[in-house]
Order: sequence, then C-alpha cells, then structure tokens
Amino acid sequence: MPDTIPTALPAALPALAPGHVRHGSSIGQPLTRRDGALKVTGAARFAADNHPPGMLHAVMAVASIAHGRVQSLDIAAARAHPGVVEVMTSSNAPKLARHPDQTGQPFTYKLDLLQDDRVRYANQPIAVVIAETLEAATEGALLLRPTYAAEPSSTSLDQAERFVPDTVGVGSPPNETSGDVAAGLADADSRIEATYDTAPQYHNAMEPHAVVARWDGDRLFLDTPSQGLSMAQARIAGLFGIDAADIHIESPFLGGGFGSKGAVWAPQVLGIMAARLVGRPVKLVTRREQMFGPVGHRAPTRQTLRLGADRDGHLTAVDHHTLTASSTFDDFFEPSGRVSHTLYETPNLRTTHEAVRLDTGTPFFMRAPGEASGSAALESAVDELAEACGMDPLAFRIANYAEQEPKSGKPFTSKKLRDCYARGAERFGWASRPLQPRTLRDEAGLLVGWGMGTASFPALMMQATARATLHADGTGLIELGAHDMGQGAWTAFAQIGADGLGLDAAAVELRIGNSALPNAGMAGGSAHTATAGSAIHDAATAAIRALADLATGDERSALFGAGNQGVVARDGRLHRKDDEQRSERYADILARAGRASLSADGKAAPNAANQAQYAAHAHGAVFAEVKIHPTLGQIRVTRLVGAFAAGAIINPRLVTSQYYGGMIWGVSFALHEHALHDPRTGRVMNANFAEYRVPVNADIPDMEAILVEEDDPYVNALGVKGVGEIGITGTVGAIANAVWHATGIRVRRLPITLERLL
Amino acid sequence: MSIPVALTINGRRHALVLDDPRVTLLDLLRERLDLTGTKKGCDRGQCGACTVLLDGRRVNACLALAVSHDGADIVTIEGLAESCGLEPGQLHPVQSAFIDHDAFQCGFCTPGQIMSAVGLLREARSDPNLDDDPERVRELMSGNLCRCGAYLGITEAILDASARLRDAGAEA
Repeated sequence: MPDTIPTALPAALPALAPGHVRHGSSIGQPLTRRDGALKVTGAARFAADNHPPGMLHAVMAVASIAHGRVQSLDIAAARAHPGVVEVMTSSNAPKLARHPDQTGQPFTYKLDLLQDDRVRYANQPIAVVIAETLEAATEGALLLRPTYAAEPSSTSLDQAERFVPDTVGVGSPPNETSGDVAAGLADADSRIEATYDTAPQYHNAMEPHAVVARWDGDRLFLDTPSQGLSMAQARIAGLFGIDAADIHIESPFLGGGFGSKGAVWAPQVLGIMAARLVGRPVKLVTRREQMFGPVGHRAPTRQTLRLGADRDGHLTAVDHHTLTASSTFDDFFEPSGRVSHTLYETPNLRTTHEAVRLDTGTPFFMRAPGEASGSAALESAVDELAEACGMDPLAFRIANYAEQEPKSGKPFTSKKLRDCYARGAERFGWASRPLQPRTLRDEAGLLVGWGMGTASFPALMMQATARATLHADGTGLIELGAHDMGQGAWTAFAQIGADGLGLDAAAVELRIGNSALPNAGMAGGSAHTATAGSAIHDAATAAIRALADLATGDERSALFGAGNQGVVARDGRLHRKDDEQRSERYADILARAGRASLSADGKAAPNAANQAQYAAHAHGAVFAEVKIHPTLGQIRVTRLVGAFAAGAIINPRLVTSQYYGGMIWGVSFALHEHALHDPRTGRVMNANFAEYRVPVNADIPDMEAILVEEDDPYVNALGVKGVGEIGITGTVGAIANAVWHATGIRVRRLPITLERLL
Repeated sequence: MSIPVALTINGRRHALVLDDPRVTLLDLLRERLDLTGTKKGCDRGQCGACTVLLDGRRVNACLALAVSHDGADIVTIEGLAESCGLEPGQLHPVQSAFIDHDAFQCGFCTPGQIMSAVGLLREARSDPNLDDDPERVRELMSGNLCRCGAYLGITEAILDASARLRDAGAEA
C-alpha cells in the first residue's frame, strides 16, 4: 500500500481529528533484526568492549555497611600493588562543579561521588582503584580493607517511620479519591480486605553498568549504555561544569536497561572522574554484586486492598493503599496505586500512598514501575473478590469492565480489552475451568491451577526530534539519538523511516545511539517507539513534502502543477494522485534541482488536546497454568497465554518478543526475584545471580502472545501505544491466582515460594 | 613475572607471555586480545555470558585461568563459523537460527547462548536424543541467563538448527 503524503497540516488541528497514517510496506512486517548479524557474531560493540589507546582499568571498592562513615582505607597497600596507578578516595577525588546531591534537572538523582566519607547504603562506592590491568585494579580494591564507624540501619518496611510523600512516580499525587469509599464498602454484599507484600528487586540487566571515559581538554568522550542520551549529557555537564555539547556519548547497543540505564549513576561518573584524575582513558565496569545498590532498584511494597461488590458482582468500592520505601536521602516512590485508576469500573475509588526511608540506594524506574507491583496486588484482590462473589474471575472482570477511565471519566483512545479476554480465554481453554480450587490434577498427581489477570499500561508520549534525508542516489537516511536496549529500535525505526520516505527499508540507513544526533528523548515508559517513531515519521513527511515542492513547482517535472497535496511517495518515486502513470524518481528530482541531498527535521510531542479528552492505555489479558507438587510445594508455571491490544504494531516479530520478555518478568516477579537484606548489617545477602533468582530457560513454559488488532486514531500519528512493560502486568496476578486455584492457599507475599505452600 | 602460554584461538596460534597468573581466559580474550564478543555478565560462573568452547567443550571463560590451559584450543563467537569451515561472512546454522527465531533482544548474552548451544549440539553426538527434546534443551541451556527473556526463541532456534544440521548430514 502506498504512503499518502499527508497534506500540509492546518494551523489548528481539530482536537480529535484522527491523525492516523495508513501503513506502508515496511510497518507491520515481521522483519528480522537489522542488528542481528552483529549480535550473533560478537561484532556488536557494547560500551565495555571499547579499549582506547593508553586506557587504564578502574575498579570500585564499595561499602560493606549500610549507614555510617568510612574511617580508614589502606591506600598505601593498594598503591603499593604492582600495576596500580592511583587510588581515588574522598581525599583526592576531583572536585565537582555541582554537588552531586544538587539535583533538580528531570530524572536526576543524588549520587555518591567520593565527595565525603559518609555511607548511605551498602555497596555505595567508597574508593576507586585505577591500574594498568584489570587484575591489578581488582586486587588493589581488595587491599583497601576499609574500616567504618557504622550506625544502625533500616532496610525493611517495618523498621522505619511512615510518612506521606509529596508525589509518587513522576509527579503524581499520593492520595486521590473519587466517591465515598467507606459508603461503597458499607453498601457491598461481598467485600474483601487483603494485604500483599512485594519484594525489593534489582534490574540486573545482563550488561553491567560500564563506562569508557576519555578526556580531551574539556571535551569528554564516553562509551556508556544510556536510555536517555541527552539527559545523560546534561547531568554530566552539570557535574563537571562543561558544555553538554562537549560531551560525546556513544551508546549503539544497551545490554538491557529495564529503566536502570535511564539515569547516570555513580559508577559511570566515577569512571569519568578517574579519567580526569589520571589524565588517561579509563574503563570502569560494575561488578555484578555492585549492581545491588548504586544503580537503582524496585522498592518493596506492602499494599492493602479493600474491595466491595454488590450481589451482581459489580464493584461498589476500590480502596488501594500502598506502603513503599525510598532511600534516606532521595525521593523515588513506587506509584503502585495508579493501576487502580484505570482498570475496573467503580463508583468509589481511593488510592493512597505512604512511604518509609531506608538505608538503601535510591529506588528507580524498573520495568513497569508502579504498574507491575500495583497490578500484582490488584489482580490478586480482584480474584479474591470474584471468589467471594462466587463468580468466575473472567466473568467478574467483564462485569466490571470500564467503558471510561474510572478515575477521570474520560473515554479511551481505544480499548480492545474485551477482544483480549475473549481470544486469550479461548486459546487457553478457560471455559472448562472449575470454579473451586484444588480440583484439578494432572496424570502425575500434581495439583493444577488456572488463573488470570488483566494487563494494562499507559500509552505515553514524550518529546523527540529526528532528521530525515533523501540522497540523490535514491537512498534515505534517518538520524536521531535513539536507544536500542533490545526492544528493536534499530529495526522498527528503520521501518517507520522507510514508510515515511516511501522507500524500501533496505534503502534506508538508520543512525541512532549517539549523543551528536538529534535529541530523541528517552527510551522509557514504553513510549520510545511511539515518540521517536512519530518524530521520524514527521521528519520523513517533511522531507517528502520538500521534495514534492521541488517537483511540482518545476515545469520540467512530470509532476508540475500537481500541488504539494497532489502527489504520493512510493518506492522511491513521487506519483501524481490524479494520474498514477505520471511519476518521477526522487533521484531525478534532486538531480534536476542540483541537490546532492535534501534533509528535513521532525519532532514529536504529546497532543495536549487529545490527552485532555482521552485516556490512553494498552490492555491485555494473561492466563496462566501452574502445577504444584502436593507434598513438596514445588511450583512450576506450565502454560502462559497473553493477548494484548496496543495499537499499531510496527514489527510483530519484535513485539511478540517484547510480550514474552514482559511475561517472563512476570514469572520472575511472581516466583523468583527477591533481594534479601541482612537486618543486622543492611547488606543485600544475595547480590549475585546464583542467589538472586531470575528465571532460567527451564523455568519458562510454553508461552503464547496473541497480538489483538487495534486501530487507535488518537494516541499519535502512527497509532502506536508501546509494548515494553505491559507483559509484566497481569502476569504476576495470573500466576498468583493460579497458585490459589491449584492449592486453595492464598499466598499474599511475593515471590511465592514453596515453603509458603507447606 | 612472565608465564608463557600457548593457545590456539579461533584457529590461530597465540604464543603469549602473561605478566600475571590471575588473568582469566575471559579477561585475556576481552582485555588483551580484543576478542570482545565474549561477554562478562557476572565474573563468577553464574550467568554463562562468557561461554566459549575449550577443547570442544563449553566452559565459562570467567572461571578458567588462562595459565591453566596452556596448549588448549579455544573457539569464541568471532571464530565459530570459520571453525566449522565456513567462509568469512557466513553464519553458522545456530547463528542464523538465532536471527530467524528472534532468540535475543539486547544481544548481550547471545554470544554465550550461541556457544553454549553449539556445545550442546556436540554433546548430542554421544547422546542422540538430546537435541530434539525441548525439555532437555531447556535444561541444558539453563546455565545461560537471558534477562530480556528470549528463552522461547533460543529453544526454538536450537531445535531448528539441530534439525537443519541433521537433515544436511552435518555436525555443529
């Protein structure tokens, strides 16, 4: 199908005008990854794979207490070790232009950068050893043998004083009420009150945070993985008092991010400081155990839900209280209650948040921040209320289907959740599920349980810019500082660019992952494809419009007189709409105009008018089967079916992988991940991949992700909602509910482990 | 201190003199020989990102001291295809199956997954049903973590490559 060249936009768009473009020949195709060959041959160069001439290795020493001061470090012993070049501590660390606790820019958090001797959490950096070899730097860090003046620490929700934070998540109010929850509960025929605990979790991307830093005067060259290149530039520029334009960051591939690479953290800045201190390039890579503290995590939550329903199973009230934690020194509050704002119809709705301050690193955005933990509790509670009403959990959810967003009363931009329920249930075989728990067994005598959950995630738009170029040789170029952390930007953005330029994807070069390119915002909030993709589309559209201007205004062109609105771009040619036979190659148009190339800039931003009138969310339904050993309690997820509606799908192959990945994170949340703090020392006791459990291949069952078609005319020009995080939501509750269905036991503390079933 | 170590890496003999006995095979490859396809995810044998073939067997290069393997033959992701007689630029069947089945997202664990998969297929020479049973493949690939969650694709890719190799009468 050809692209239509969008007409010049009127100055004031009708607020609700469908801005949707028709899909061209690349969008919607399940292309394999354009970076695939690089990644299967080891040729994809990640940050820590770089090795500039003269480079030294830096290794951090980190605190083994959670609160107190460093009293001594055996710097002499470290310095004396062969190969050690320098030991950077609070006594000789370069002074910074801005104190690292002075934040204020968006998405900046307080950092521990050796500006003093205090310790605010375990695994906080307390020194950096710089050496000719990695071996010498590692040994040097061990030789420091720190002593501390330790103070008591609190690392559990029970150990600290509660307060109401000013905001949760990104500027959301902590407490929101509509209707009268007490009255709604009093009026209910069935009600439940239940408290759910979710565990602290650490992102643990496979690629550790790493930096290779090289100074050239006051210009700084970095290889470091970043989900937000421009924000990283700004943060580093502020710390070092240099111009952001003098900081050049390369980040072509991230070895996973999940939010944790959305900010610049202490290890990266310490690598830059070390390079300045020694006047040579430095590589600093966090050790796996050092990722449990200074690079963000998901805080624990304790959520109490009180729900009521009338005798027909309609919700009369939803009351969702969250207790969570931030660090003692900075603010990030997991907004678990927000998911209750959007999912189920209820006349009375209240969400409240409280928090405590713990001696941990500052929590941060971790894949579906708020939605993952909130959905885990809400979907479990809904299941409990369905049981109390004697209803099938799916029928109960359909009875409480929200036609408008419950909190705001706004209609949805689109919502194909009913289709998700229907298609997922059919594929799973949900209709034959017995209502009573502990009734199914398999041939081996294992208890079998079926559970489900609703998935949802906001469809966000951020801000981004992009540049599109048409070359005289008929090829195209798309440039923007976008980020590929595995979601597939290298492929999907080329597809969007190809359709915008009316070219085959193979004829379009994509340049991303570099801070010198147009600012593409951040890869977060499942919004990167929607946002950066829209900027690409806008730039490509502008380039084609400029090309059409060249042709239609030139009497030597076959398109002369067609007017800008009278042509379409397809396969490297502009065609007259009123006579498709009359066309001209891009190359010929540019050649006649004496142009080697033609470039145009594009941008994307939230559409305030649409946002004021509509609520935008992706939705889905997840169905889980678990099998549990009746005496040993061993739990295995044996089947997972997810059906998701998330607007337009740029590349179904990659989107399916995103859903699988999210659902596997759901398995992990439900059954595996749990950072355990030693209450005496505040240290994470299981800061390694053997004891901080994440799913391995054998833990993952047969899975299916159904892509439910959804046409959304309002979210953005591409109709894209985003798919990166929604897979976790719904899945956690589905598994917890399946565990109940198998055993009759409600485990309200996640992860669910076998001892809780015995 | 200087310790001579002779290694054949991707078919090429390296006569090395190490100044440090603590150098792991992984750090030797990455930091001294610029073979950075092999990744470091944990440095303690828990994630598998550093898997290489050492004398034909899959091992975690982070747990192998280079000086302990004098005379060894090592294949890394960079040399996999050529070690099987393929021309430069060609992909090993496991590599192409990983692309076809979208068996990775970020790609950081991928070199280790692929080397582990090739090792598994070679183990199947003496255990014939090992590489066509999804359950066994999942179990035998469980030393290689993938945080993105590409496990389905990984399993499918290995089963597919195994079937293709068998049909062609070839070995991994």
